[in-house]
Amino acid sequence: MPLTSTRVILPGLLRDLVGGMAEIEVADDTAGQTVGQVLDRAFTTHRILEGKVRDERGLIRRHVKVFVNGEDATRGAGAATPVPAGARIHIINAVSGG
Amino acid sequence: MSETIVAIGTRKGLWIARSTDRQAWSLEGPHFLMGEVAAAAIDTRESRRSVLAGVKSWHWGPTVQASEDGGRTWTESAERSVAFPTDTDTALERVWQLTPDPNDSDIVWAGVEPHALFRSTDRGATYELVRGLWEHPHRPAWEPGFGGGAVHTIVPEPGDPQRLLVAMSAGGVYRSADAGRTWAPSNPGIRAYFMPDNEYPEYGQCVHKVARGVDGELFAQNHKGVYRSDDGGVTWDSIAAGLPTDFGFAILAHPRRAGTVWNIPVADDGERIPPGARLQVQRSEDSGRTWREQSKGLPSESYTCVLRDAAALDTADPVGLYFGTRNGDVFVSLDEGDLFARIATQLPDVLVVRAAQLD
Repeated sequence: MPLTSTRVILPGLLRDLVGGMAEIEVADDTAGQTVGQVLDRAFTTHRILEGKVRDERGLIRRHVKVFVNGEDATRGAGAATPVPAGARIHIINAVSGG
Repeated sequence: MSETIVAIGTRKGLWIARSTDRQAWSLEGPHFLMGEVAAAAIDTRESRRSVLAGVKSWHWGPTVQASEDGGRTWTESAERSVAFPTDTDTALERVWQLTPDPNDSDIVWAGVEPHALFRSTDRGATYELVRGLWEHPHRPAWEPGFGGGAVHTIVPEPGDPQRLLVAMSAGGVYRSADAGRTWAPSNPGIRAYFMPDNEYPEYGQCVHKVARGVDGELFAQNHKGVYRSDDGGVTWDSIAAGLPTDFGFAILAHPRRAGTVWNIPVADDGERIPPGARLQVQRSEDSGRTWREQSKGLPSESYTCVLRDAAALDTADPVGLYFGTRNGDVFVSLDEGDLFARIATQLPDVLVVRAAQLD
């Protein structure tokens, strides 16, 4: 079975914190994986992103959106949302503020 | 040549004003554009040029940024520098106060939202929750003020590292006599006019700011009420009689001359504009027994407001007095308030001002 990976695509505002990197490739767990688990692996080597996307309880911040293959996971199961192998995870800053 | 810097934290970033003579100022910024900077500290202990800033991004959460070169360049720890321990099941909302300790040059205190105090023993790089205050039995009864529920005032006692005072909105004044291990409310005399049955409760007051005079006198601006304590915060007496109003946020005490204190009055809690729409500072030279208005150089018709931490004194002699407004002006006085000059304008709402002379 070929190895696959999930792409975690960063918004412009976070790319500056990781040397301009636009996305992080995370090897898929063939036993199944969730948004939270993929983010855990993505942030292992980019620790500063952990505090930006999630609070210290592990919850995705209120004004951050995470889309899995185009579907808003933060409207559903959040960090527990299943992530299929080879998925695209977009992290975006919600349209909010003044 | 020494340089005076003024850290100006606003709703949408941090600016640094610089001057070598406190007459001509340059303005740098914004740093952290769109980040709400509610806390700033300039750490000149051991001749440092450190600046700390509590920054909240509405998307990416709160953090503490640090500069070692007087605010020119900034770094942020990859790990959270201020974070609630897992067992608290609590997330940091915002850092509202950063206070270098006068007794130990490695210690920095952080007051945060929700109501909690953190202590750093590595000059502000990492912070640990002060459990004694977090686990206080009163904590479930502390209420958020309009700006959020936070420990926003930290007053260490120079010469006695065991003694420390904090103030919170709303909760009031709490004191520790054992370096933060245990805490007791300390609000006798401070009125909570909004409480329906008991206007003088043990705790629950909305104390906006406490300043410590050089001789240990404490001055408090309350949510309606201005007070002095001559006994280290054990009891409080009103000093509002000579003021145009007892409402306001900021209060400052002279760093070298006992009894000199500045208050920036606000018309009322329902009218958050200067009294008579005249932006002004009130100064007392007798510990609040009498006051006089200082407004020369300030706008004579103004509908702005000066927030809790948006006023500061520098470390120079004679002392410089600074304050910023919600409409983005920052003023300085070099003669202890007799004449003000504008050093910045058109900034976002000013939340915090801190000033210091760097060697």
